[in-house]
This record gives sequence, structure tokens and C-alpha cells, in this order.
Amino acid sequence: MPEWMSFAGRKLLRLITLLVAVAIFSYTLISLSPIDPVDAYIGADMLLISPEQRAQIAARWGLDQPPLARFIAWARELAGGNFGTSLIFNRPVLEIIGERFIASLGLMATAWLVSGLLGYALGILAGARPGSLLDRAVRLYAYILASSPSFWVALLLLMAFSVGLRWTPICCASPPGLLPEEVTLAHRLHHLILPAITLSIVGVANMALHTRQKLIEVLESDYALFARAQGATTRDLVRHHGLRNVALPAITLQGASLSELFGGAVLVEQVFTYPGLGEATVQAALRSDVPLLLGIVFFSAIFVFAGNTLADLAYRLVDPRIRIGAATP
Amino acid sequence: MSTLTETPAPMRAGPAPRPWQLNRRQRTLLTIGLCLLALSAVLAGAWLIGDDGLATNLAARNQPPSLAHPFGTDWLGRDMLTRTLHGLSLSLGVGLLAAVVSAVIGAALGLLAATLGGAADAVITWVIDVFFSLPHLVLLIMIAFTVGGGTIGVIVAVALTHWTGLARIIRAEVLQLKSAHYVQLSARLGRGPLWVARHHMLPHLLPQFIVGLILLFPHAILHEAALSFIGIGLSPHLPAIGIILAEAMRYLATGSWWLALFPGLALLLAVTAFDVLGEQVRDVIEPKQSQG
Amino acid sequence: MLQVQGLQVSFTVYTQGLRQRRLTVITDLDVTVRAGEVVAIVGASGSGKSLLAHAILGILPHNAELGGSISFQGKPLTQARKEALRGRAIALIPQTVAALDPLMPVGEQVRLAALRGGVPAAGAREVVAASFARYGLAPEAARLHPFQVSGGMARRVLVSTAVVGQARLLIADEPTPGLHPEVVTETLGHLRELADGGKAVLMITHDIEAALRVADTVAVFYAGTTVEQAPARDFAGGGEALRHPYTRALWRALPSQGFVPLPGAQPAPDALPPGCLFADRCPLVTAACRVARPPARELRGGTVRCIHA
Ligand code: SF4
Repeated sequence: MPEWMSFAGRKLLRLITLLVAVAIFSYTLISLSPIDPVDAYIGADMLLISPEQRAQIAARWGLDQPPLARFIAWARELAGGNFGTSLIFNRPVLEIIGERFIASLGLMATAWLVSGLLGYALGILAGARPGSLLDRAVRLYAYILASSPSFWVALLLLMAFSVGLRWTPICCASPPGLLPEEVTLAHRLHHLILPAITLSIVGVANMALHTRQKLIEVLESDYALFARAQGATTRDLVRHHGLRNVALPAITLQGASLSELFGGAVLVEQVFTYPGLGEATVQAALRSDVPLLLGIVFFSAIFVFAGNTLADLAYRLVDPRIRIGAATP
Repeated sequence: MSTLTETPAPMRAGPAPRPWQLNRRQRTLLTIGLCLLALSAVLAGAWLIGDDGLATNLAARNQPPSLAHPFGTDWLGRDMLTRTLHGLSLSLGVGLLAAVVSAVIGAALGLLAATLGGAADAVITWVIDVFFSLPHLVLLIMIAFTVGGGTIGVIVAVALTHWTGLARIIRAEVLQLKSAHYVQLSARLGRGPLWVARHHMLPHLLPQFIVGLILLFPHAILHEAALSFIGIGLSPHLPAIGIILAEAMRYLATGSWWLALFPGLALLLAVTAFDVLGEQVRDVIEPKQSQG
Repeated sequence: MLQVQGLQVSFTVYTQGLRQRRLTVITDLDVTVRAGEVVAIVGASGSGKSLLAHAILGILPHNAELGGSISFQGKPLTQARKEALRGRAIALIPQTVAALDPLMPVGEQVRLAALRGGVPAAGAREVVAASFARYGLAPEAARLHPFQVSGGMARRVLVSTAVVGQARLLIADEPTPGLHPEVVTETLGHLRELADGGKAVLMITHDIEAALRVADTVAVFYAGTTVEQAPARDFAGGGEALRHPYTRALWRALPSQGFVPLPGAQPAPDALPPGCLFADRCPLVTAACRVARPPARELRGGTVRCIHA
């Protein structure tokens, strides 16, 4: 079997076990909670529903069955792609998630790229000369940002640029009152820019510190020492050995950062009232939209998994030990 | 040939030490002291300043920072400095409680996984895996939601989601210690497992636990604030920092910048203090040689 | 070419609680290497003798302190001069492929070594190709990564990195670690060949047999000091021509010389005795030995640190 196939196979297996695990986990949580699943499902329509109808729903869901049977029935529905109907939006959960995700995608992708590249660059600059002024500045920045609540950073930026300077809009993904077909790309970008900047500068910290640390390790490694013995300068070392060797762990970190990014988006979208997936998460929790919340939990697990898998894939392309090692066993 | 006594290759050496500079040990201990002082100042400050500033005073609404109100006042004329100090000590309290519970869970599960092995280890490792495969905030929201929100919801959610890192560390440490030469030797010399645990394990695990615990605080506090901010956490009647900031957001358009700036800054400083504290304590316990 | 006298290397370390301590690993090391000569420093593994190479090249970690004197081509070797000369006049042959960047093809690394050694960029490729040919490496080997090369091939690559820059002094750090006998012979042959070509070769090793096969002079390293410098021909018979009791003990401990073990262990760098460092294990020890460190003195065309030699 070709190597890539077994890689894909392993990943697929991992994804399936992961989704099963998330299903067990969230089912346990919900069933332990005081929330009644039928009430949660009926939601606002509670008063319109007779006790008989209620019993019917319970029976259709198999609530009279033992827990394990119920779980299996529920999981079967999920596996068939039926995540139920959102109580808030009164539409299929998957539809809402898809729509909201598209809205968040621009925001998250921009922040992901900017924070990754900027963090890597700052980390390299800082790590090349530890203790220098630049290094101190980068570290100070990273430590402060790592300790700042991201929603507070969002608030400050909103105050400065939207309320004070009036450069950027104060909310939403497009000017209020416009029909969807009237919204131009410029509108969208104008509304995207401040949330994206917020998410980026918050995300930079982790990558910068990590890259800095890895570069310092590389510069203390045996091969860096040998290069120095050959007369290499720090610039030479960083250029020929640092950039490559630090890129590998950076790729892994960048893949794993989707988890933080998702969390950041939840908070930042809340501040900017940006109608993305993060904002939907908060709404779902605040208004007890269990189907939507569960849908988002599953989606976020897949999202995080995708990030890690992408990183694995990129790693395999970059690292000769795997690239060649796998080709010539 | 000349005799040379030189410091070689100052590739990464800082400026030469000056006589008035403290050595690294003194510097570190001083920093630890300052952090502890700053954090107790918050708690003491909340107590000293009393509750007077929390009363509605419509005559002094929406005032920008002044001498009488260094942090300004809100739309009900409440003193923001008083609110911030009270909110911060509440946030710290909730965060600390959750972090301690979390650290205990982490240490216990880490120990169990490492000592029982087999199925217990597999289950615990599996749970850790699931936790790491979801965005932390989603996990927090999910748990806080199922518990029903509120103060209990926040504490449970934060406590249940921050133990994974420490559990991993403790598990790895115990496994490593178990295979360590001198531990195996003690076992062969007929020392009971408790003796080994007390004399070989504890001295290694306790420092790890303490550092892990301190480094948990910042995360716990920030996540408590985040949950409260989005409205799933503490109720609006308990004005923690997250609540204060959420309220500030509603008054943002009016230009009352001080409502958001100072409480957030205070939270930032408290979190930083814990961060620095944890790093320095770790440095004392296991010094990194790379720091000149 | 190279003269090292009274070299001292110590480190400032932090122990638990951030208390500072100074640890002296090399206390008193002398060695002289002339052009056309292979000099071997022989000492137990892990005794810190590799630090000599780092001290000469100026690549000790920043918490290290250096004492004594090193001179190269008659002039003191200051840190600035080390930085100017390393790679160009002085080159290191490292111990293992761990000294190569794991992500870069080996040919590329030899080319970088050439550039760093002052070879003009235009001619670098030819220089690399020539040195690959000289050491019997196929041109395709240049595209291999460090994890792909075998032990023998790795040795040749490492030697290549050191010779492409036309260095006058080569320092081989532990050149024969756990290699096949043929590879050992080949590697030692390379060193001899380089010395015969007019270069000075300093070989740092724990393998006294390998050292004796190529070295002109052997310096014996014990507990941070060189206790003896002797011409290789003195290692003969029952070791009568040798000066220091430790050297003699090393010689007799060789399988070919009767395998007589030497009991005891070297003193740790933080627990050195005040007098002769070998006193605790020396068969000839007297009270006078324990008073002060015996200074190095000339004896029968070598040097020795022993008052009774
Ligand atoms: S000085 Fe004394 S103890 Fe030291 S080697 Fe010579 S005889 Fe032995």
C-alpha cells in the first residue's frame, strides 16, 4: 500500500474515533445536565404543545428507552447527517453552521495567516539575538498580549478606531439596512478589517514566543555549533539552518492554533457583533439551542482536526526524514 | 605569548554586570515578592476601599477619570475604581478556586493514570485527547451551559477543563520516576510503595504541582472573565471583571472609554503577575542554565 | 603551529534555589601541535576534553570562562582572532553526523563550509566535487541527507567539511566512535595523510590504540590536566619509557599489553584533591605528592606532572 494511503487511512480512522468520542462525551454531558432534552427541543413552542404531542416526541426520540439505546439512536441520526433543527433560527443546524462558517472564514483565514507569518518573523528576529532591544520588545509584546483577554483588546480597538477615529464600522459584517445583494466587497472588507486585526495581533504572541524559543534551541544545537566552528555568523546560521529547522515545529503549532483561533473568534465576533460561527455559538448557549450547540461542538472538533491534519501533511512535505524515509524504506 | 583571561564568545551575553545590580537569585526572589505584594494589594484594596463607591450616585454619572474618581464613574455614578477592585478580587477568587480544583483533579488523574496503568490509563489519556480536540472555549461554553451557567457553572467549567496539562505532566513525571534507577532500587530493598511515594515521588512531584498550579491561575482567571463577558458566567448581580467589561461594551458608543480601559488593564496586570510569579518560582526550583 | 598552556575552562552554573556555583572542568591543560604532526589528546570519555576544541575555536557556551593561554602561528589566539580564523585557518572535524543540519543535503553543507572557509562562491561547487572525489564519495551522495548516510560515509563527509576551507590546523574530535575496524583505519589514514601534507592535526580521543596508530605525540588527559606529553614511540614494551604512572597504567590496561586494570575512578571536577590529582590511585604515592599539584616539567623529550617520575 502506498505510504500516503496508509497515512490517509490512519487519519480517517482517527477522525472517526474522534467523532465517536465527542458524541459519547457530549451525550454524557447533556444527559447529566438538568436540561430536559424534549423541553430543549421544543424551546419557545412549549406553550403550543399538548402533553400528548410531548409524549409523542419523547417516544420518537426513544426517551422511554434505556440510555444506551437512546445514545445509539441519537448517534445514528448524527451519522446520517441529521443534526436537527436550530431552535433560534428554525432551520437545519447544518445549514446554519455552513452559512455562519462562510461568514467567519474570511475573518479566521486572515487572522490565521497574518498571525502565523508575523509571529514567525518576529520570533526569528527576537530569537536570533536574545537579550537585544528587539528581543525584549517582542517578548514584552507577546507576554502582554498573552495575558490580555482578547475581548478586551477588541473593545479597546473598537473604542479607538470605530468610536474615536471613526475609521471602521462599529458592528456587523456589512452596513446595516443594506440588502445582501447591495453589499459590495469593499463593504465586506471594511467590516472585516478591525476584527481580523484584533484576532491577528492576539494570535501573534504564541507563535512569536514559540518560534523564538525554537530558534534559540537551534542556535545552541550541535549543528549550529559546528557551523560556528566553520566560521558562520549568526545571520548565516539563521538563514541556512534556523529558518528551516524552526519551520517544522512552527507548522505543527500553526495547525494546532485553529483551536485557539476558534475561541478567539467566538469572543471577537461577540464584541464586533459579527454574524459568524462564534457569535452563533454564544447565541446557542445563551438561548439553550441544544441542537445548534451540539452541531457546533462537532464542527469545531472537525475544524481542529483539519488544522492538525493539514499541519501533519505540510510537515511531511517539508521534512526530508519523512519525505525520503517513507519513499525508500 | 600573552596570558589571557577572558569571557569567551559573548554571543548572547548581556551587558556586563554592574556592582549595584542584584544577582539572579536576588532578582528572582524580589520579583516573586513584588508579584505577591501586588496581588495581595488587590484583595486588601477591595476591602480597604469599602462598598461606598458601589452606591448609585446619579449626581456623578459618566464622569471621566478625575482625582475623586481615578477610574471615572459609570452611568449610575458608581465609582469605577471601587467596582474594579471588587470585581477583580471576585474574579481572582473564582479563578483561584477553579484553578485549585482543577490542579487537584489534574494531579489525581495524572497519578492514577501512571500508577494504575492499563484501562485506567487508557481512559484518562482518552479523555485528555478528547479535551484537546475541541477548542477550549467551546468546551467551556458547553460545560458551563450543561451545568446551567451562573457562578457554579463557571467554576465547574473552568475546573473541569484546565486539568489536562497538569495531568499529563504529573503522569509523565511519575512514569519517569517509576523507572528511575534509585526508585527501583528502593523497591528491591523492600521499601513499601508508600515509603517510595513519600521519599522519592513527593519531593519531585510537589514542585511540579505548585508551579503547574500557579501557571493555571492566569488561564483560569482569563477564561472566567471570558465566560462572564459573553454572559454564560457570573450573573450580572455579581459584578466580576467580565461583567463590568460586558456592560462597558454597551456604553462604548457614548465614548466612555474609561469604563473598559481600566478594569481590563487591572485584569491584565493581575494575570501578568500570576504568570511572572509562576515562571520565577519554576526558575527557582529548576534553573535554566541558558539564562545568564 | 598551536600552543596551549595552562588552559582552564570553568562554568558558572545555577543549582536549585538559583545559587551560583563555579565548576572547573579543565584545570591545567598543555599541548603543542606542529605542522606535519598528529598530536593525540587521550582521556576518558566524558572527561571534558572536547572542550579543548571548543576553547580553541571560541565556541564555548556563554556561561564558560577561559584561563591560560592559547597561541596560534606564534600569536595569541584572542576571541576576535578565533572568530576570524575558524573555518579558514582552523577547522573542526566533529564527532558524529549530529553536527550536520538534519534537514539539509550533505553536499550543500560541505559547500556552505567551503564558503565559510573563504572559497569564492563561483568555485565552491568544484571544490566540493573535488573533495568528494578525493574521499571516494559518489557525486550522488551530495544529495543525501544526514540521516541517510552510513557511518563510514559520514566520516568522509565530515572530513570533507573540514578540508574544503584549506585550514592549516585540523581538530578531530573523537574521530573513531564505535566504527567498523576498516572505517577506523580509513579515518586514521585520512588524518595521517593530512598531516603528511603539511597540516597540523590535533586528535581528541578516548581510544589510545587508535591514537597510537597515527599520532606522533600523545598527550594524556586526567581529571582536567595533561599529566604527560610523550612521543608515540615511548609506548612500547612494558612502558618503561613512559613518564607518568597514569600513562603507564593506561598502557598496561590495553588488551594487547596484558589488560591490567586500574582500580578506582577519576576525581569529580568539583572534588579535586589539593595535591597530585592521581594520588589516590597511584602505586608510587608518597606524602610529598599530596602537598601541592606537581608542575609540568621537561623529561626525556616529553613533559610530565609527577614529582617522582
Ligand atoms: S606525583 Fe606522586 S601521586 Fe602523583 S603521579 Fe607522581 S608519584 Fe603518583
